[in-house]
Amino acid sequence: MSDATQTQDSAPEQSKNAAMKAQLAALLGERATVQLDLQNAIKIETSLQNLIAVLKLLRDDAKVQFRQLIDVTAVDYPERECRFELVYLLLSISENSRVRVCVGIDEDAVARSVTELFSSANWAEREVWDMFGIYFSGHPDLRRLLTDYGFEGHPLRKDFPLTGYVEVRYSETQRRVVYEPVHLTQEYRDFDFTSPWEGVQADIAPPPADEEAGA
Amino acid sequence: MGEMQIRPLTLNFGPQHPAAHGVLRLVLEMDGEVIDRADPHVGLLHRGTEKLIENKTYLQALPYFDRLDYVSPMNQEHAWALAIEKALQIEVPKRAQHIRVLYCEIGRILNHLLNLTTFAIDVGAMTPLLWGFEERETLMEFYERASGARLHAAYFRPGGVHQDLPDGLTDDILKWADKFPAFIDDLETLLTNNRIFKQRTVDIGVMSVEEALDLGMTGPCLRATGYAWDLRKSQPYDCYAEMDFDVPIGTTGDCYARYLVRVEEMKQSLRIIRQAIETMPEGPVLAENNKVTPPRRGDMKHSMEALIHHFKLYTEGFHVPAGDSYTAVEAPKGEFGVYLVSDGSNKPYRARLRAPGYYFMAAVDYLSRGHMLADSVAIIGSLDIVFGEIDR
Repeated sequence: MSDATQTQDSAPEQSKNAAMKAQLAALLGERATVQLDLQNAIKIETSLQNLIAVLKLLRDDAKVQFRQLIDVTAVDYPERECRFELVYLLLSISENSRVRVCVGIDEDAVARSVTELFSSANWAEREVWDMFGIYFSGHPDLRRLLTDYGFEGHPLRKDFPLTGYVEVRYSETQRRVVYEPVHLTQEYRDFDFTSPWEGVQADIAPPPADEEAGA
Repeated sequence: MGEMQIRPLTLNFGPQHPAAHGVLRLVLEMDGEVIDRADPHVGLLHRGTEKLIENKTYLQALPYFDRLDYVSPMNQEHAWALAIEKALQIEVPKRAQHIRVLYCEIGRILNHLLNLTTFAIDVGAMTPLLWGFEERETLMEFYERASGARLHAAYFRPGGVHQDLPDGLTDDILKWADKFPAFIDDLETLLTNNRIFKQRTVDIGVMSVEEALDLGMTGPCLRATGYAWDLRKSQPYDCYAEMDFDVPIGTTGDCYARYLVRVEEMKQSLRIIRQAIETMPEGPVLAENNKVTPPRRGDMKHSMEALIHHFKLYTEGFHVPAGDSYTAVEAPKGEFGVYLVSDGSNKPYRARLRAPGYYFMAAVDYLSRGHMLADSVAIIGSLDIVFGEIDR
C-alpha cells in the first residue's frame, strides 16, 4: 500500500465501495442502476423522471446520508440520442463516500431543478444553463451567470467554436465598448498530432495473414 | 398622509472595489443600511478554461490550473495530475509525493497569508497586509527555486514533478519554518484579541453545520462550523496518510471562527512541511514510464528511443483510457475537484473544474441577508474568494 499512488484505490476502500454499492442498489431499487466503474467509484444511472426521487433518497436515508451536493455539471455528446448527460456529484461526509448520479437528457427536454433539496444546486444549475442551455424547471433564479450580459449561445456545447462569434474592444470614435464579429489575423490552427499508425490499429483489425507472418 | 411605499435602495458594489477581491459586481438591495438581498454578478474574469482544456492535450492543459486560484497555484495542478494518474493508473515515486505535499502546504500558507491579511485590511487593519506580503515573497522564492516561476509554476506533472529540488533548498525551507511561527504570533497579537477586529467579525455571517453542508461549503469554511472534514485525512492522496497533523475546527461558524481556523491551519501546515522534508527519500521525481513522462535531458543526448519519446510526448501527448472520474484535493480554500471525461484520445473530452470559491460566492446572498453593508465586506473577506477560480 505504501507505494500506491492513492490510498483511495487500496483494498479496504474497494470493499467499502462494494458494500456501499450493494446498499445503494437495495435502497434505490428499480429507480436506478448502481455500478462500480473501472476506478472503483460508484456511478448511479437513472432517468429524468426518477432523478428527484433518487437524490432525495440518497440525501435523506439515514444509512448513506449523501447530504452534500458537491457539483452539478453536464457533458455534451452530439452524436448520442440523448444529447447531454447531467452529472450530480454527491458526498456523504458521515460515510466518507462519493457517488455520481448520471442522467441522460435530450436537447429539448427540461430537467427538474434540485434547488429544493440542495441549496448548492442554485449556481451549479445556473452555470449548466449558461454553458449548455439545459433548462431547469422550478429554479428560483435561472439567469446566465458567467457569460457577458446579452451573450448568445452556449459555449461548452461541442458545436460552439473555441474562438466564439464576437469580440469586444473599446472604440475611440464611438466612446464605448463595441461588439464585432471575431476577426482572426491567422486561421485557428488545430494540429492533429495523433499517430496515423496507432489509429489504424485501433479502428481496423489487422488482416489475419499479417499475424501469421509476424508469428 | 397615507401609507408610502418605499422602494429599496439598490447599491452597486464593484466591479472595481478593493474589498471585492478581484472583479466582483455585487448588486445589493438595501433597506436603509441593512442588506435585503445580495446579487453577485460574476464572470468578469471568465476565460473559458474548461473549453480551452477540451482543445489541448493533457499536458498542455496543466498550466491553466495555475491560473485558476492564482494564490495557491500548485494545489490545483495537484488535482489535475492526480486525475490523470488515476485514469492512467501510474504510480508516483515516493520522493515526488513528498515534494508535492511539501509544495501543497507551502501553497496553503501562501493562500492563508493572503486571505487573512487582505481580510484584515478589509475590516480596517493595514499592517498585517504589509507584513504578510513580505512572508509571501519568501515563499514565492521557494516556488521559483523549484520551478523557475514565482506564480505560474507548472511544476506538478502527471507522474511526479517536473524536476528535482536544487541543492540546499530544503535546508532553507527548514530555516524559514523555524522563523515563521514568530510571524504567526506577531499576526495574532495584531488581530486575534484586537477589539475592532472582533467587533467586525464575531457573530457575522454565521453558518451551522447543516447550512454549510447544504450550501456546498468545504475547507476552512466548513471546518469553522465545527465539522472536522479534511480530504487530506478522510480521503488521503499522495503521502498525506503518512503525515501527522491535526485538523483544526471552529465552533461558532462566523467570520472570526474562519479566521481562527486558518491561523491554526498555517501552524499545522508547518508541521507537515517539516515532516515532508525530514522523511523525504532519495530517488526519482518522475515516474519512469516514457509513454507518459518525458525522458531526462541527459538520456536524450545518446538514446534515440528517448528522443522519439520526447518528440511524441510534446506533439501528440499521451492517450488516456476512456472513462469518467472525479478527483478532489483539499485545496487551501476547500475541495477543488476535477471531473474528467476521457474518450481515449490525447485530449480531454470534458474537464469540469469544481472550484470551492464558486459555492462560497453563491452563499454570499444567504450569509449577508439582514447584515449591515459593512458586514458584507467582512463576509466576502472571510470566505476567501479569488475570482480566478470562480470565473474560470
